[in-house]
Amino acid sequence: MVMSKMRSGRRLQAAGRKTQDSRLTGSVLSLGSPVSGLRSQVSGLDVSADLLKHVARSHNLTEDDYARIVRVLGRQPTLTEVGIFGVMYSEHCSYASSKPYLKTFPTRGKSVLVPAGKENAGVVDIGDGLAIAFKCESHNHPSAVEPVQGAATGVGGIIRDIFTMGARPIALLDSLRFGSLASARTKFLFEGVVKGISDYGNAVGVPTVGGEIYFDSAYQENPLVNVMCIGLLEQRQLAHAAASGLGNPVIYVGSSTGRDGLGGASFASRELIDGDADRPAVQIGDPFTEKCLIEATLEALATGDVVGIQDMGAAGLTCSTCEMPARGGSGIEIDVAKVPRREEGMTPYEIMLSESQERMLLILKRGRQAKIASLFAKWGLNAVEIGRVTRDGRMRVNDHGVVVADIPVSALTDEAPIYHRPTKRPAYLAKTQQLSLRSLPVPKDLTATLTTLLASPTIANKRCVYEQYDHMVQTNTTVLPGRADAAVLRVKGTTKWLAATIDGNGRYCYLDPYEGGKLAVAEAARNLVCVGARPLAITDCLNFGNPNDPEIMWQFKECVRGIADACRAFETPVTGGNVSFYNEGPSGAIDPTPVIGMIGVMEPRPNEAGSWKLEAGKRRFQSPASSFQYPITANFKEEGDTILLLGETKEELGGSEYLSVIHHRKAGKPPRVDLQQELALQRLMIDAAAHGWLKSAHDCSEGGLAVTLAESCIMDEDHLIGARIEVAQSTKQKAHRVDAILFGESAGRIVISCARGAVEPLVALAKRHGVAAAAIGNVGGSRLMIGSWVDVLVEDLSAAWRTGLATAVNRRNA
Amino acid sequence: MKFGVVVFPGSNCDQDCVHVLRDVVRQPVVTLWHQETSLRGVDAVVLPGGFSYGDYLRTGAIARLSPIMRAISAFANDGGLVIGICNGFQILLESGLLPGAMLRNTGLRFICRFVHVRVERTDTPFTNQLQQGQILRLPIAHNEGRYTTDEHIARTMTDQVVFRYCDADGQVVDAANPNGSIDAIAGLTTRAGNVMGIMPHPERASESALGSEDGRLIFASMLEAHAYA
Repeated sequence: MVMSKMRSGRRLQAAGRKTQDSRLTGSVLSLGSPVSGLRSQVSGLDVSADLLKHVARSHNLTEDDYARIVRVLGRQPTLTEVGIFGVMYSEHCSYASSKPYLKTFPTRGKSVLVPAGKENAGVVDIGDGLAIAFKCESHNHPSAVEPVQGAATGVGGIIRDIFTMGARPIALLDSLRFGSLASARTKFLFEGVVKGISDYGNAVGVPTVGGEIYFDSAYQENPLVNVMCIGLLEQRQLAHAAASGLGNPVIYVGSSTGRDGLGGASFASRELIDGDADRPAVQIGDPFTEKCLIEATLEALATGDVVGIQDMGAAGLTCSTCEMPARGGSGIEIDVAKVPRREEGMTPYEIMLSESQERMLLILKRGRQAKIASLFAKWGLNAVEIGRVTRDGRMRVNDHGVVVADIPVSALTDEAPIYHRPTKRPAYLAKTQQLSLRSLPVPKDLTATLTTLLASPTIANKRCVYEQYDHMVQTNTTVLPGRADAAVLRVKGTTKWLAATIDGNGRYCYLDPYEGGKLAVAEAARNLVCVGARPLAITDCLNFGNPNDPEIMWQFKECVRGIADACRAFETPVTGGNVSFYNEGPSGAIDPTPVIGMIGVMEPRPNEAGSWKLEAGKRRFQSPASSFQYPITANFKEEGDTILLLGETKEELGGSEYLSVIHHRKAGKPPRVDLQQELALQRLMIDAAAHGWLKSAHDCSEGGLAVTLAESCIMDEDHLIGARIEVAQSTKQKAHRVDAILFGESAGRIVISCARGAVEPLVALAKRHGVAAAAIGNVGGSRLMIGSWVDVLVEDLSAAWRTGLATAVNRRNA
Repeated sequence: MKFGVVVFPGSNCDQDCVHVLRDVVRQPVVTLWHQETSLRGVDAVVLPGGFSYGDYLRTGAIARLSPIMRAISAFANDGGLVIGICNGFQILLESGLLPGAMLRNTGLRFICRFVHVRVERTDTPFTNQLQQGQILRLPIAHNEGRYTTDEHIARTMTDQVVFRYCDADGQVVDAANPNGSIDAIAGLTTRAGNVMGIMPHPERASESALGSEDGRLIFASMLEAHAYA
């Protein structure tokens, strides 16, 4: 895992629709309390049309939406129905603005078992009858308001998406973005989010094995919390999120329903306005209940009595009761009076819209209710029959037998409005893309520059974060955090290893959304091949500003195009994910930040891994007896090994960490990715790894070649080792600026090390793959020396890198 | 040798222990549900790590009240082998089978990482395959691992300390004490020696693929003790 990255720079101005004052939402909630006149019935028009329209507006429903609802229903909606339409038409649930673009993703491939959008999560085949379910989801707005619970419930939600597929959750990764650590609020958010992930993930017993963190003022008001969960299942255990079988019982399981998280999906579908007023929209997590729910659900699925299953996540009971029959071509009828509640006097509106956590909806085969209920009871959980499957294509909600909502499910799902929003190339690009390198002085002391970069919070070591996460529970984590470019898990009972990574760079996307989208996928794949794995598929979290702003929509469109092109080139289909719009605070939108979660597999022959041995209290790396060595970590191993640079260094400083940290500039064009060249590099790495020639591999990303080399020298704290590098001669690129050679972030590059004897065959192999490969130096000594520019004790680099983040967090605010 | 791994709601290292005992140490293993009242004839009990009942009160405070713990107390008092790992150690303390209590780590944060522990005694059923002063590399993963007790008890129980946190060279120094435990205590037995609590996770360090096999020696010691019991 490489946790890296930071930036600063100007922001987009907020534009587009000004959403309703959040206080209005508050007033709706109070309307939801049992004022007798509002206990609407389908036929009872005891709520005035004006009031309903007002309520509709407060749910971000437009006049058009309201007219559409009246048309679909053939009557005025009830208050509960307005709430249901409100959450289901929210951007968060409906993907109204993004759907037309998401359709352009490649979603099929020979390993895809469940493609994007069909179930709770995508599923890919890893052979031997096994499969991986994985998905990434954002929890940005809740985390901005209440970081501990916001992040914790983000973890809980994505875990449920995975085990509802019949998979045991085996790993979590997270991608986090915060503002500058110079701000006290950023520290509060950063520490809270890390605590939330730690509290929930540790207790629920799913290891957090990797991730990344960037600090940049673009996220000052709106942090990003994206969590990816990976689950392992036997293919025959695959579960479905569809309701079918006329008369089959609908079972509510898990926690009782409270008033927490009311309208969370709507809250996620507008800009952040007033933190405190939004607090009631944040859910509260209970990892203990979730842990019990995992075990009970997997036991229930193993009985074969469960027809369909879906998490009650965003939009709670509403979402599951309309999406499951929509998938199954059926209908559902429930009675909210039967829903277990933790508060008195909840209205149907509140029960349907609550986002209380750790709840799921199951469709059972008839007659199996008692058996399943006793199974959940063993784990101390509710399992209550609240309705049954119908075949009329409607979602009917009763309250003590009185109908309070009766809606065709298709109107809420497949036929929900889709917006083809206008797009416009952002005006700022003309200015940012003009970067004259001539105006930038090359620093005199390049060693100091390297040290500064290593200590910058985005690049600095993230140990103080990942040590707070239990990354070893389940005893599969083969490559621990902070050791390699990707996390590696063994798959018990097989010789397979699973590799996973999560990557994104918002600054690249801000400066060129199309290239930025490509770069994110390319880096994720590069990280996987660096440990020796073959990339399989991706999930994504697309974090953007307000989609009503044509410039934001253009960023979105271009990022999606970049991701799609890269995924097509690499044959790594998109298996799902989520879209998070409205990531804006009062002073503007975040940088467009697509985050790519990618998984890969490797199948080494048994007993081929190198290992660490304890000799006289010191750990030493033991080369494997055979020439094979899996997985590959990022640190240099032995004195005398040769260091090679794969790929070409171009004069590319645009969008670099160096430009941001040292020159305080967010400008230029990000590095270009040649997708075919990138693919050739991937194939070379997989080939070289299979030959057992690679002793270390680390990709060049933030901070460029110099930071990559430094990290390979210092990544293993117990085994710091130097290197002597001659770049200029070996790459014959003397024409380039020195800072571009050292800190430029040209794509498609990996620094590897190997035994001297492996150099010749490696270079020949690289030539066959059409990848530039140059021996640039040797491992050894206690200093990192790069040409005549950098000469420093690795101990000093290590100190800067290891203390950088804590120093920034502990620095008192001015 | 038949092992029983206890499963409380919220345990999350139970299957890891089952895996190591069954697939690595190659012994028969059963899981014991917290509501059971019989130990089903097991030769040793493992109280695994995790967050029993959510640990929302004090760690291990609710677990000690479970039906299975009554059976385990009787088993322990009768000389049966009981190992409590992490949350299991906390439960042993709450049950009064071992003296002392756990406080939050001095850094007030959860810590997950490999640490070194020094073997202080080899005449126990959990350490007979180890050398005096041997340094083991084992992972910890806890928020409340700061062992504490009053000075009087601490003075009288020095011969019950089995493992102490140390540095890679075996030196017991403050810098190598991850959680602020009194006397750097990482593992403790009863006076009789048949019950041990240990904060590090030996089951996470019993296979080379996971970076250390040192933990397996603790399970191997239990086998040895049973064979000659």
